[in-house]
Amino acid sequence: MSTQVILGQLLVGLINGSFYAMMSLGLAIIFGLLGIANIAQGAFYMMGAFFSWMLLRWAGIGYFPALILVPLAVGLIGMAIERLLLRRIYRLDHMYGLLLTFGILTFIQGLFVWLFATAGRPYPVPAELRGGFDLGFMFLPAYRAWVVAASLTFCLATWLIIEKTPLGRTLRAATENPNLTRAFGVNVPALMTFGFGVGVALAGAAGLLAAPIYSVSPLMGGDLVIVVFAVVVIGGLGSILGSIVTSLALGLLEGLARVVYPQGANMVIFVIMIAVLLVRPAGLFGRER
Amino acid sequence: MAEDAALQIDDLHGFYGESHILHGLSLAVGKGEAVAIIGRNGAGKTTTMRAIMGLLERRSGSIKVKGKETIASPPEAIARLGVGFVPEERGIYASLDVADNLLLPPKLADGGASLDEIYRLFPNLRERRRSQGTRLSGGEQQMLAIARVLRTGADVFLLDEPTEGLAPVIVEQICTVIDGMKKKGHTVLLVEQNFHVASQLADRHYVMEHGRIVDVIARSELTAKLDRIRALLGI
Amino acid sequence: MSALPQAMVARAGWAVLVAALLVAPWLFYPLFLVKVLCYALFACAFNLLLGTCGLMSFGHAAFFGSAAYIAGHAAKEWGLPFEAAMLCAVGGASAIGAVFGYISIRRQGIYFAMITLALAQLIYFLALQLPFTHAEDGLTAIPRGKVLGLFPLDDNMVLYYTTAVIFLGGFSLVHLVLNSTFGQVVRAVRDNEMRAVSLGFEVNRFKLLAFTLSAAIAGLAGANKAIAFKLATLVDVHWSTSGNVVLMTLLGGLGTLFGPVAGAIFFVALENYLADSGLPVQLVIGAIVIGCILLFRRGLVGEIENLLGMLARRSKKS
Repeated sequence: MSTQVILGQLLVGLINGSFYAMMSLGLAIIFGLLGIANIAQGAFYMMGAFFSWMLLRWAGIGYFPALILVPLAVGLIGMAIERLLLRRIYRLDHMYGLLLTFGILTFIQGLFVWLFATAGRPYPVPAELRGGFDLGFMFLPAYRAWVVAASLTFCLATWLIIEKTPLGRTLRAATENPNLTRAFGVNVPALMTFGFGVGVALAGAAGLLAAPIYSVSPLMGGDLVIVVFAVVVIGGLGSILGSIVTSLALGLLEGLARVVYPQGANMVIFVIMIAVLLVRPAGLFGRER
Repeated sequence: MAEDAALQIDDLHGFYGESHILHGLSLAVGKGEAVAIIGRNGAGKTTTMRAIMGLLERRSGSIKVKGKETIASPPEAIARLGVGFVPEERGIYASLDVADNLLLPPKLADGGASLDEIYRLFPNLRERRRSQGTRLSGGEQQMLAIARVLRTGADVFLLDEPTEGLAPVIVEQICTVIDGMKKKGHTVLLVEQNFHVASQLADRHYVMEHGRIVDVIARSELTAKLDRIRALLGI
Repeated sequence: MSALPQAMVARAGWAVLVAALLVAPWLFYPLFLVKVLCYALFACAFNLLLGTCGLMSFGHAAFFGSAAYIAGHAAKEWGLPFEAAMLCAVGGASAIGAVFGYISIRRQGIYFAMITLALAQLIYFLALQLPFTHAEDGLTAIPRGKVLGLFPLDDNMVLYYTTAVIFLGGFSLVHLVLNSTFGQVVRAVRDNEMRAVSLGFEVNRFKLLAFTLSAAIAGLAGANKAIAFKLATLVDVHWSTSGNVVLMTLLGGLGTLFGPVAGAIFFVALENYLADSGLPVQLVIGAIVIGCILLFRRGLVGEIENLLGMLARRSKKS
């Protein structure tokens, strides 16, 4: 097995890991702030990819403007959904949150299947990011390097904002004790809307980054979100850096499996989840919620 | 009292789920006054504080903060009228360090203590400012809980059991701080089980029992009514 | 909820159910009814776990689908008679159920749901890889065989009545469990786990038993479906099937006895109705589910029970 092939697969693994990281980060923010397991995260990922395609196809707006516009659009739709639908069920059992977001996932997927059919549509790699670098031991495609760098930037920026800024401080406080935080004058309901927007914007951004790699189709988010759920169970919901590290590590392990035992690659993460559950039920970095 | 009142409660009913806790409570706190609510465990004192702060799910009646009706207002709106809340459980955030805990509550008005002033009043907090909030001792956490609302510029303070479970030395320090609030002309509503502390600080005392006010005792009447108070509190 | 309206609904429901089962094939296309009954039993199995342990599984397709494959394989490749093939399938589903139950029972609520989802996905990928499932092509041309060695299941009426008997058997078992001492204990566990533990109940053992039973009945439904429609495919183990059974139970009424049945009827009928329209079922179901959770979260049967309860209380007052 040549080094090129192994490193190639590890790179794919790293890319998948970065998508897992962005998606699970979004999930963690939403779960922490709203107490909702947002399975619709897969739908927002898909919308991110589709909006990018639509911008290009219908408005001639390319990749780089889309980097700003698409997460913004997805975030706004998310905030609308939070205000109109999710807000009404906070007082109910947590399971209704999962059921409602599952209903939303089903509806949005159904909508896009109806409008666009299930076949995948291609999205071209932007001209500036074509080609690659010859590193000697392997050829590194420019777009793939970009995806990893961009995802990590999104994740680290999110981490910085949450850990080091006043907004992040307020977010952490609202996550830990929403009522007391309100009693200090913070508009926590508005913060929750905003937090949901940010969480799904991360998914939308991941969708945009993924579009040139995996073709754009209405069902592209479904299988991904299940893997991301497993990643979240493994990593636990305690720490942001923990989520990022877990996601990247699992992506790499998946890539490694694809080299060593390709038939089992899809299952690796779920098997690891079982092992982690038997040993540390709260997840590797988890705090019981 | 109405115009001057920082806080005016009329016929307040409060519920936890199906349990009817507060039965038609009425009380008033004038601007600049220090008032204590005293009573046994389970009398409904903390519930009253939560009701004022908008943290009680079901409440009816009238609560006016600085003349504004707040019975249906969300907590953030009530706080923004200039109310500083120090809850019974102190509510120090484990996910924030001491400095962040201090800086979290947003500025509600001008006139609050600056960070330097806070650190001068509470030197321990400066020392421990990078420690995780919940790593502090009980006394330090209480100081932190009070310090952070002093920063906001609030001028009506709700303090729920600020000296509970603390050593006498710390209790003295806290009394000094609360006295400082009074001297600045701020309004203080205090829930206290420690009658000694309450009698030191408060101009008037509302005695609560079973979710109702059963007596109002001015400072001047304290010695005269001491036996009655002892009986009511079960001391 | 007072006992009276619930008992009223229950008794009326049983009568309607048996009568409907007897008469239905003369009014509706038997194969459509068979499909409804299989999914109704599947939903009842899911609801059993929910009603006893308060655990919402998002991976029940694992048991439904694997039983479908096992029954199909047993009937087609091993040439086993109908009953034996079904038994193999139920056995297989129970075994997988016991293992999955053991792993997932440690957590509750959202985590439990996520774990079951992931475990079922494992089964899906296994099904994708294992040769005997024929992956995307599916396991086709499964022979229906004869029931009791006598009656050919290729006769749709025989197939229907056999399915109805299986359904009634499974449904009665669910009802029995929900109302049995076992059911009461597990509900006590759900309502106050710490208390149950302190009283000495082996909480996890009960939960595991309930989980395994739920998997077995789901397997029964899956096996029935595979043999009836001569087909076992990847769809049967896909997360959308797991999701569908959750949603149909929600629409019918989570935790109610007849809710899953009502939900299954609605779901399969809707799917049938929309098949020619070009409108994806997902779109309509998604919208209905959203509306249901926001407005009628007790589901059809649940809201009826609630309404009857209110009327009963009102009549008591006057």
